[in-house]
Amino acid sequence: MSLRVNIAHTQGEFTLNVSFDAPGGVTALFGRSGAGKSTVLNIVAGLIRPAGAQVVLNGAPLHALPPHARRIGYVFQDARLFPHLDVDGNLNYGARFAQDGEGVPRSEVIELLGLGPLLARRPAALSGGEAQRVALGRALFARPRLLLMDEPLARLDAPRKAEILPYLEALKARAGLPILYVSHAMDEVARLADTLVLLNEGAVTASGPLREVLADPASVPLVGVRDAGAVLDGTVTGREDGLAKIAVGKTVLRLPGVAASVGSPVRVRVLAQDVILARARPEGLSAQNVLPVTVRSVQMGDGPGAAIALDMGGVPLLARITARAVRELEVTEGMACFAVLKATSVAPMSIGG
Amino acid sequence: MGLDPLAAAALQLSLRVALLATLLSLPIALGLAWLLARRDFAGKGLLNAVILLPLVLPPVVTGYLLLLAFGREGPLGRALEAAFGLVLAFNWTGAVLAAIVMGLPLMVRAMRLAFEAVPPGLEDAAATLGARPSAVFFTVTLPLIAPGVLAGAVLGFAKALGEFGATITFVAAIPGQTLTLPSAIYTELQVPGGEARAAVLTLWACGVAVAAVLASEWLARRMAARVAG
Repeated sequence: MSLRVNIAHTQGEFTLNVSFDAPGGVTALFGRSGAGKSTVLNIVAGLIRPAGAQVVLNGAPLHALPPHARRIGYVFQDARLFPHLDVDGNLNYGARFAQDGEGVPRSEVIELLGLGPLLARRPAALSGGEAQRVALGRALFARPRLLLMDEPLARLDAPRKAEILPYLEALKARAGLPILYVSHAMDEVARLADTLVLLNEGAVTASGPLREVLADPASVPLVGVRDAGAVLDGTVTGREDGLAKIAVGKTVLRLPGVAASVGSPVRVRVLAQDVILARARPEGLSAQNVLPVTVRSVQMGDGPGAAIALDMGGVPLLARITARAVRELEVTEGMACFAVLKATSVAPMSIGG
Repeated sequence: MGLDPLAAAALQLSLRVALLATLLSLPIALGLAWLLARRDFAGKGLLNAVILLPLVLPPVVTGYLLLLAFGREGPLGRALEAAFGLVLAFNWTGAVLAAIVMGLPLMVRAMRLAFEAVPPGLEDAAATLGARPSAVFFTVTLPLIAPGVLAGAVLGFAKALGEFGATITFVAAIPGQTLTLPSAIYTELQVPGGEARAAVLTLWACGVAVAAVLASEWLARRMAARVAG
């Protein structure tokens, strides 16, 4: 599967000039509110059909088709369940106009999203998280070729988010359905996406495989200094003193709070601002992760900060330190040093097998 | 309470006119309400004003205008008679037309508000699930506006049942032909000693009105339970 989107569209004061490829898996559109993310989704779905938009799915142009003929599922931020139908009726509405073809069987959708106990309920009697699960199920019942998700978690509080994310991961693992996922929350994106498209004020500022984009120091100002950080793929190899040992390439990280069982793959997001650099191996330090690294590049920021791209045995890592520290430590390309990571400062996100 | 044949005919005629006018108005009002709520076009303000006009004009004026247009010598009346052999002036069918014209502003207004209260996002959601526009209308829009449509129909029915000024001007009050319940009450009150018969007719009018209100309340409750979930 491949989706190609090409948009040149002006609406009042706002100009959208966006072009990107979604090669399959989960592609995240990340940007601040007002960056044009939802407009892109509405154009892909056909709810807005500007003249200067091209949407090509698997080689077939869709931009001339009305939304009902596109077979693109859409999960809205506000669920948009039909209030005059119960949950079962909403799900069946999705199946009503579905065409034969591939797709997750209905019983499996209900199982996957835990919808069984909700079937007889009315939308008004659902919590926000439950409503989002029903909306997702309804979209899947229509057997879409592509699934659009517009900040499906944005209106949920943290516990509800935590409740839904595993369902999304399970869906991603099971369905093989390409997903275009809009979000302004980097933790969700880092956990789910394979491809990342950064949007700012109606234009693409960076795009590509998630790990590459996030490990690129140039994307630090685009992602935001608090959200910047590399995403690493590791495997849980064991447990020790309540910490999980996670092998990332040749390096072993010791991290707390990892739920995944031994042997399962995990994604670890290491925020650039949580990485400390040291020229010599520090001694008498409480930090559990002291990792030998090589400096790949130094990118000075506009402000007092600098983004440092590191190589940890072939795995890219990103650190954000002050420009003053760059001068004092004389950080240069090719320099060997140590990255210090306080174990509790890392938020690990497991991803299902 | 017993009714003499002429009074019974008046009651029967009023019910027939009101029911027919309501049924015929429903699709017209629905279409106009949809146009006004969902479409932008040149002359939208004018259309709205024309629909609302009977609400503000004296009913006698509306009746006279109907007579000018749909009378046997009027342009529309002549065309209708030539094409379908349909005569409206001084005929019970004209009472139906008068009831439609007088009730339309109330019906269109109620239905327009109902259209505007439907979250547009729901219709978009139905479209992304594969429903073509006509299917969206019948499976999403119509069920959601049903209470508003019912409210409009009840208003239209009540208006038709009580319509007097435009009706008596357009079709007069010919006993057994165009003498509706309100016209009959008015006529009885013009005759010395007619008060008793007028009182009986008034009680019947009250009974029909109360029955209509109760029926619509019952329907509305059922619909509200369905829609609100």
